[in-house]
Amino acid sequence: MNEVWLIASMAAATIATRIPILLLLSRRGLPPGLFAALRYVPAAVLSAIIVPMVLTPGGELNLSWQNAALLASLVAALVSWRTRNLLLTIVVGMTVFLAWRAFF
Amino acid sequence: MHKERGNDGSSARAALLSGMRDTFPLLVGAAPFGLIFGALAMASGLSAWGAAAMSALVFAGSSQFIAVGLIAAGTPVLVIALTTLVVNLRHMLYSATLAPKLKGLPLRWLLPLGFWLTDESFVVAAKQFDEQPQDPYNRWYLLGSELAMYTNWQLATWVGILAGSQIRDPQSWGLDYAMVVTFLGMLVPMLKGRPMLAAALVAGATALVAQGLPHQLGLILAALLGVTAGVLAERAWPQAAEAT
Repeated sequence: MNEVWLIASMAAATIATRIPILLLLSRRGLPPGLFAALRYVPAAVLSAIIVPMVLTPGGELNLSWQNAALLASLVAALVSWRTRNLLLTIVVGMTVFLAWRAFF
Repeated sequence: MHKERGNDGSSARAALLSGMRDTFPLLVGAAPFGLIFGALAMASGLSAWGAAAMSALVFAGSSQFIAVGLIAAGTPVLVIALTTLVVNLRHMLYSATLAPKLKGLPLRWLLPLGFWLTDESFVVAAKQFDEQPQDPYNRWYLLGSELAMYTNWQLATWVGILAGSQIRDPQSWGLDYAMVVTFLGMLVPMLKGRPMLAAALVAGATALVAQGLPHQLGLILAALLGVTAGVLAERAWPQAAEAT
C-alpha cells in the first residue's frame, strides 16, 4: 500500500467536507429558515452517533442489565442532567462502565 | 465567559484560552480513542510515520478508525478515500451551521478553522456562538478549542503508536466507550424544550433503525430527519421553542 497516496486522498476527502461549504456560506449567508433549522444539528448528530453504540454493542440490540454501555449511559445521563458537569459525567460513566464489565 | 478584557490582544488571548478550557473535558474523552487508533494502526500494517501523518493531516477520528480496518482487509486506496468522504459528510452540516457566524472572515482564518473542525469543537463552539452571538472574539474561541483537540489527538496517537506493540487487542478494553459518554455529556444539557428533544429522539431512533446502511449513511439520514423533526415540533409548539 502506498501510504503517501492513501493519506493524501483521505486528507483531500476530509477537507472536501470541512472547507468548501464554510467558504461558500460565510460569504453568501443562508436563507433564514434553513439557518433556524441548523440549531438542531448538534443534538441530532450526537444522538445519532451514540444511540446505536449504546443499544447495540456487538451489533445486536441489547436492552438487558448486562449491557454495560446502557447501564453506564443511564447513570451518566442522570449525572449530566443533575450537575451539567461534563468532566464528572465522563468520569462517572467510564467508572460504571469499566466496573460493570469487570463484574459481569 | 470572558468579560474582563483590556486591549484587543489580551481579549483575543482570553477567548483562545476560554475555548481551550471549555474543550478540556472533551480531550479526556478523545484521548483514549486516539491511543486505540495508534495501536490499531500498528496492528493493521501501517507504518508509525504513516499513522502519525494520518492523524496530523486527516484529523478525523471515526474515518481514521474505519480506514485502519479497511487497510488491514487489503482494501484499495480509492475505496478508502471514498469511504472517508462519506463518513465525514456530517462535517458539511457543521460547516453550514458555523459559517453564518464566521461571516466576512478572510481565508487565512477560514481555511485553518475549517481544516481543524471536529465533532467536539463544533459542539463547543456552536454553544458559545449561540450564547454570545455578538462576541467579536468568537473566532479565537473556536481556534482555541480546535488547537486543543488537535494537539491532544497527535499526542494520543503517538502514545498509541509507541505502546502499539505492547497492547493486545486494544478494542477489548472498552476505552471506546469514552467517546460515547463524552458525547452523552454534551447532548444531555442541550435537551431543553420539546423541539430539541424531538430532534434528538428522532435522530437516535433513525440511527438505530438505519444502522444497516453502509458507510454510516444512516448517520446522515438520522441527522437530517432529526433536524426536520425539530423544525416540525417548533411549529407545533411555538411557545415551547421560545422557552429554550
